[in-house]
Amino acid sequence: MKSAGDRNAGLSIIEREELGTLIDVLGARGYQVIGPVVSDGAIVYDRIASLADLPEGLTDEQDGGRYRLKQRDDRALFGYVVGPHSWKKYLHPPRIRLFRAECAENGLRIIDEEQPQEKFAFIGARSCELHAIAIQDRVLLDGVYPDAVYRARRENLFVVAVNCGTAGGTCFCTSMNTGPKATTGYDLALTEIPDPDNHRFLVEPGTALGAEILGALSSREATPDDETIAEQSIARAVEQMENNTRRMDATGIRELLLDNLEHARWDDVAQRCLTCANCTMVCPTCFCTTVEDTTDLTGDHAERWRRWDSCFTQDFSYIHGGSVRVSPMSRYRQWMTHKLATWIDQFGVSGCVGCGRCITWCPVGIDITEEIRAIRGQINGCKA
Amino acid sequence: MLPVPHRIERVRRETRDTFTLELAPVSGAAIFSPGQFNMLYVFGAGESAISISGHPGRPEKLVHTVRAVGVVTRAMRKLKRGDSIGVRGPFGAPWPVDLSEGRDVVLVTGGIGLAPLRPVIYHVLANRNKYGKLVLLYGARTPADRLYTREFERWRRRPDTYIDSTVDAAGRDWTGNVGVVTRLIPRADFDAANAIVMICGPEIMMRYTVAEMQKRGVSLDRIFVSMERNMKCAVVACGHCQYGPHFLCSDGPVLRFDRIAGLFGKREI
Ligand SMILES: Cc1cc2nc3c(=O)[nH]c(=O)nc-3n(C[C@H](O)[C@H](O)[C@H](O)COP(=O)(O)OP(=O)(O)OC[C@H]3O[C@@H](n4cnc5c(N)ncnc54)[C@H](O)[C@@H]3O)c2cc1C
Ligand code: SF4
Ligand code: SF4
Repeated sequence: MKSAGDRNAGLSIIEREELGTLIDVLGARGYQVIGPVVSDGAIVYDRIASLADLPEGLTDEQDGGRYRLKQRDDRALFGYVVGPHSWKKYLHPPRIRLFRAECAENGLRIIDEEQPQEKFAFIGARSCELHAIAIQDRVLLDGVYPDAVYRARRENLFVVAVNCGTAGGTCFCTSMNTGPKATTGYDLALTEIPDPDNHRFLVEPGTALGAEILGALSSREATPDDETIAEQSIARAVEQMENNTRRMDATGIRELLLDNLEHARWDDVAQRCLTCANCTMVCPTCFCTTVEDTTDLTGDHAERWRRWDSCFTQDFSYIHGGSVRVSPMSRYRQWMTHKLATWIDQFGVSGCVGCGRCITWCPVGIDITEEIRAIRGQINGCKA
Repeated sequence: MLPVPHRIERVRRETRDTFTLELAPVSGAAIFSPGQFNMLYVFGAGESAISISGHPGRPEKLVHTVRAVGVVTRAMRKLKRGDSIGVRGPFGAPWPVDLSEGRDVVLVTGGIGLAPLRPVIYHVLANRNKYGKLVLLYGARTPADRLYTREFERWRRRPDTYIDSTVDAAGRDWTGNVGVVTRLIPRADFDAANAIVMICGPEIMMRYTVAEMQKRGVSLDRIFVSMERNMKCAVVACGHCQYGPHFLCSDGPVLRFDRIAGLFGKREI
C-alpha cells in the first residue's frame, strides 16, 4: 500500500476505514460534511462527523407509496439508493430571508442579506443527483439573473459521488440517461466493494481538487480485478432496472405531452392525486418558491422570506379574481408537462432524472412512468 | 435583486379604485420599453408586478397606474407624496413598437389594460411620421371606470387617430357606446393587411378580440397579447408565471399570438 501523498490520479483503492479519514480531511479543510444518515426509519441527508454516522448494512425497499429500510447481509455503507431528502435542501434552502427593510425618518431602507459562502462537502451523491444539481445550476445560475443564495452555496461545493451497486424499486435512471454510474459533476467518485474480507472502495478523481484530497488518504493502485468487480456491481444495478417494468420511454416525450394537453388520462390521475405536493418537495429538480412579507409589532421593521412552493397548491396560480389552476387535473398536468416537456424548451434538458422519489413518496403511489405509458396508449385499462 | 427605494413625487386619483404614482427615478432616468413592468414593494405588505404607464421619451419620471384589488395594491393606495416605495426592474418583453413602424397600430384594451398600452400611444405620437394610423378601442365597466379621460379626449380630437370607446353599463346621461369592446372592431378604420394589433385585457376579452381580428383579415403573427399569471420573483426563478413553456416575466408578458395559439383558450393552463 502506498502512503498518503504518493498518488494523485487514476483509479485507486481505499479501505473502508479510510473513508473516515476522507471525512476528517474534508472537515479539516473547513467543509461542512453532509452525508446519508438514518432518521425516522428513512435515509436522509444531514451533517456527519465520522464513519459511524453512515447507515451500515442497510438497504431500502421502495415501491409506489412505499419505503422501508431492511438489513443487508453485509456491512455496506451505501447499500441503498435515495431517500426523501435531496441535496437541494442545502443548495436551494427550503426557507431563507431575502432582505430586511426599515421604515426610517428619511424613508424606506432595504438591508441586503449577506450570503455566507458555505463550504459543503456532499458524501454519497448518486449519479441521478449529480444530474439534478446540474439541472438546478441551469435554472438558478445560467440565466440573466443568477440566484445569489444558490451561488453562495454552490460555488465551493465538494462532491463525493457513489456509483450505485443496486437499483431501488422505483429507480429509472437508465431511461433518463442519468446513471447509475457517475460520469460528471463530482470531485471524487466511489464504487463500494462490500466484500466482508476486504471491504474497500474504488476511487476515481473527477477534478484536480478531488485528486489532491485523494492524495491525503492512504490508497493503493486499483488492480484490473478491483475494476472488474466495481464494473460488475454497476452492471448489476443497470440489469435490475432493465428488468423493472418501471421504465420511461423518453423519445418524443415533449411532443407527446404538448399534443395531449386534453387527454382523458389527466382526469384519471386527478381522481387519485391528493394534490398534497409531496412529489414536488422530494423532487431534486423542482425549484419553485414563493415569498412571505412580515412586519414586527412596532411596524418599523419588515422582512421578506422565500420558501419552497408547489404547483400543486391552488394559491400557486392565484391572480385577482381566482386561481388559474383550480382543478387537480390542471395542477397534475402542469407539474408533469413542465417536468417532462416544457422544461426542455426552457432549459434544454428534461426536468426528470429518474430518481423515483416522486413515486415512492406519493401517498397514493402515482407513478410518473405509468402515467406516460398511459398517455402513449400503452395501458388500455379496463374496457368492459 | 433588491428593491430600490424611490420617493413618490405625486399621487393622482384616476377612478374609484385606480391611481397613478409618479416616482423620481433614483438614477435620474428610468429607461424602459413600452410594455415593461416593475416590481413595486410596499414596506411590510409585499410586492406587485405593475406596468410602467409613463412616457418612454421622458425618463425623468417613473409612472405607474395601479388598481387596488388586494393586499399589496390596497396598501399602495394609502401611500402619499413623499412616502417611499421599493422598485425592481424593468422586466419583461415589450410591445412590438419597432416592428410596427410603417404600419397601422391597433390597440384593443379594457379597464386597467390601458395603463400598459399608454407608453405605446406616447411613443407613436412622439414619432408620428414613422407609423400609420393609430387606432385605440377601449372598453370600461362604467363611464366612471374609464382611465385617463382628459388625455383620452385629446387623443380622440387629433385628426391622425381613430379612437373609440364603450362601456358595459351606463346611466341615462351616457351618450356613448354600450357593449363589449369587440363590437368596435368591425367598423374601426385601419388596414388589416398592414396593421399590428396589441391587446391587453382579460383572457376571454382577448379571445374574442383575436377572433374579430381574424375576421378582419389580420394574421396571427401580427397580433400581440399581454398575458397575466401570478408573479413572485420576476427573474425567472419562482416558477409562478409559467404559461406553457413561457416565463411571462421574461418571455412575456407580451407574446406574439401565433406562438401561443395552441395554448390559448385551453382551460387552466
Ligand atoms: C406583467 C404584469 C403587469 C401588471 N401591470 C399592472 C398594472 O399596470 N396595474 C395594475 O393595477 N395591475 C397590474 N398587474 C396586476 C397586479 O400585479 C396585481 O393586481 C397585483 O399583484 C395584486 O396584488 P395584491 O396583493 O394587491 O392582490 P392579492 O389578491 O392580495 O394578491 C395576492 C398575490 O397574488 C398575486 N397576484 C394577484 N393578482 C395578480 C395578477 N393579476 N397578476 C399577477 N399576480 C397576481 C400576487 O403575487 C399577489 O402578491 C400586472 C400583472 C402582471 C403580471
Ligand atoms: S420527477 Fe420524480 S423521478 Fe423525476 S427527478 Fe423528480 S422526483 Fe425524481
Ligand atoms: S402525485 Fe402524489 S405526491 Fe404528487 S401531489 Fe398528487 S398525491 Fe401528492
